[in-house]
Amino acid sequence: MTTTTTPPRPDPASGQQASSAPGQQALHAPGQQAPHAPGGLAGGDLATRVRADFPLLAREVHGKPLVYLDSASSSQKPAQVLAAMQEYYERHNANVHRGVYTVAEEATHLYEAARGKVARFVGASERATVFTKNVTEAINLVAYGWGLRNLREGDEILVTEMEHHANLVPWQLVAKLTGARIRAIPVTDDFLLDLDALDGLLTGRTRIVAVSAMSNVLGTVNPVAAIAERAHAVGALVVADAAQAVPHLGVTFDDLGADFLGFTGHKMLGPMGIGVLAAREDLLDSMEPFLGGGEMIRDVDIESSTFNDIPWRFEAGTPPVGDAVGLAAAVDYLAGLGMDQVRAHEVEVTGYALKRLAEVDGLRVLGPADLEHRGGAVSFTLGEIHPHDISQVLDEDGIAVRAGHHCAKPLMKRFGVQATTRASFYVYSTTGEVDALVAALDKAKRFFG
Amino acid sequence: MGLEDLYQEIILDHYKKPRHPGRLEGDRVEVRHYNPVCGDELTLGLRLDGDRVAGVAVDGKGCAISLASASVMSDLVLGRRVPEALEAADAFRQLMHGEAEPDEELLEDGIAFAGVARYPVRVKCALLGWMAFRDAAARGLAGQDGGETVYGEDENAARAAKAERLPGERY
Repeated sequence: MTTTTTPPRPDPASGQQASSAPGQQALHAPGQQAPHAPGGLAGGDLATRVRADFPLLAREVHGKPLVYLDSASSSQKPAQVLAAMQEYYERHNANVHRGVYTVAEEATHLYEAARGKVARFVGASERATVFTKNVTEAINLVAYGWGLRNLREGDEILVTEMEHHANLVPWQLVAKLTGARIRAIPVTDDFLLDLDALDGLLTGRTRIVAVSAMSNVLGTVNPVAAIAERAHAVGALVVADAAQAVPHLGVTFDDLGADFLGFTGHKMLGPMGIGVLAAREDLLDSMEPFLGGGEMIRDVDIESSTFNDIPWRFEAGTPPVGDAVGLAAAVDYLAGLGMDQVRAHEVEVTGYALKRLAEVDGLRVLGPADLEHRGGAVSFTLGEIHPHDISQVLDEDGIAVRAGHHCAKPLMKRFGVQATTRASFYVYSTTGEVDALVAALDKAKRFFG
Repeated sequence: MGLEDLYQEIILDHYKKPRHPGRLEGDRVEVRHYNPVCGDELTLGLRLDGDRVAGVAVDGKGCAISLASASVMSDLVLGRRVPEALEAADAFRQLMHGEAEPDEELLEDGIAFAGVARYPVRVKCALLGWMAFRDAAARGLAGQDGGETVYGEDENAARAAKAERLPGERY
C-alpha cells in the first residue's frame, strides 16, 4: 500500500461549499487565514502554518497552553469547518431531497455536493458513498446489510487481533445470528499482522475479512491491499476500517483494494456525527436496506415497500446535512494542505516522538519502530504506573492524552496489559508538544516513583 | 485544585507501601473485584473471627487511587467488628459522593481521599477496595464462599452472552 498517495483533489473552487449557493463567502485557504500565524513560513513546518486555524488549540488548561495529543480519538476542527457549518445553518438549513422551495434545494445541493467531494477525496464511487453516523454504523451496515443475509453456518469471518471493537463486535453479533465463526489474524511481537498465518486462516470458508488499515493503538499500517488480493482469491470480501488511515495516510479506495471502507468525519478535522461507508458499487446495489424509514423508500404500502436507489437506500431518516457540509469543508482543508504533506508532517513528529520517548527510562512503546509501517498513534506503558495516573499528571500540565484500552481489548490482552497511554498526532502537532509530553512523563515518574 | 490535592502524601505513601499486601491462606473468604473499563482489579482475602476482622490481605493491580484506597481500607478494617467497619465503608462512600464531610475519627487516613470526590471518573477507583470488603464481609458473615464481581461494560457483555439464539433461527 502506498501510504503517501495524494488523493484526487476536489474542484479548484473547493473553498466554497457550493458555488451556486447564495450568500456564500469564499473561505480562506488552509494556513493562510491565520491572522496571528508567524509569517514567512511557507513550505516550512506544517503545524506552524496551520495552528492558528484551530481555535480550540489556543485555549489553556490549568493555566497552561493546551497540548492536544489525542487526535486519534478525535481531531480538532479548523475555523473553516466551523464557518462552513455556521453558514449552512444561518443561510441554507432545510430538510433535503423533497422540498420544492429554494432553501431546501440549496440544502439538497450542499448535501449531495458534500457526498461528491468526500467520494472524490478517497477515490470512491459517489453512488456508493453512504453517509452514516460514524465508522461503527458504517460497519454495522455491512454486517447486517450483507453479512446477516449472506453468511451461513460454517462460514468464517476473519478479523485481526488488533481490530477496534467497531470492526469486531458487529461481526460477533452477526456471527451469533448466522452461525458463522470468527477467526483472527494474530499480531506478531513486532506489532505487525502475522501474514504467515494467513495461509492457514484464509480458506474457502472465509466470507469476510475485517481489517483495520491503521491500528488506533499500535499505529501499525496494515498491508490491506495485499490481504485483499489474497482474500479475493478465496472469494472473501474485505471490510477495511479506515478510521485512522483516511485522515492520516491519504489512502484511496483503490489503494486499499477493499470492498467496503469505513471512515469518520470527526477524526479528519470534520464534525462529530457523520461517518462514511464507501463501497464497491455493485455490492452496495445488491444489498437490502439496513435501517428502514423515511428517505430510503421508493413506494410504501401498509404491508410492504420498495426501496430507493443507492446510496439513499442506506440513509434512512433525515441525514446530518450540516455535518456533511462541515465534512466537505474538512476535506477541502486537507486537500488544500495535500495529504502527502499531512503524512510527511506526521512521520516527522512521530519519528521525533519515538526518539524522545526512547530516552524515558522504563517506557515501552507498543508499536512498530519503523516509520514506514506506522502512523502517528503512539501507545506506551511507563513502568508500573497506571495510564490513568499518567493521564491525570499530564492533564495538570495541560497535556491531553488517551489512557485506557482504546476499544481494542483483545489487543491489550495479546500484549498482557490492562491499558496503555497513547499520544497521537495530526497536522497541528509540534515537536515542542512532544517535548512537553516527555517532560511531564518525567514528572509522573518522580511523582509515583 | 492541584495534583497534590488529589494525590496527597498519605495516598502516595499507601500506594508505594500497601499495608496488607498479598493473599491470605487457609480459612478465609476471597473475592476478586475487577473493573474492565479502567483495568483496576484486586483480590481481597478476609478472615473473620465471629464478626471481628481477624485477617485481611489485598492483592491489587491498578491505579494509585485504587491501590492506596484499598490499603487504607485494609488497615482500617483489621481488628474491627464488621458492623463498625461497614459504618466506615458507608462514611467513605458518602465522602466520595460529596454527601458528607471528612470524619477523621471514623476514616483515619481515608480522609485524604476527600479530593477524589471532585474527579468523578476516579471515584470508582477509590471505592473498589471498599466494595470488595463489603462483599467479602457479607459472604463471610453468611458463611458463603468467595466469588468474582466484574463491573461496568462486561456486565452488559455477560448479559448478551447469556441471550441464546433460538434453534434454527435465521434472519
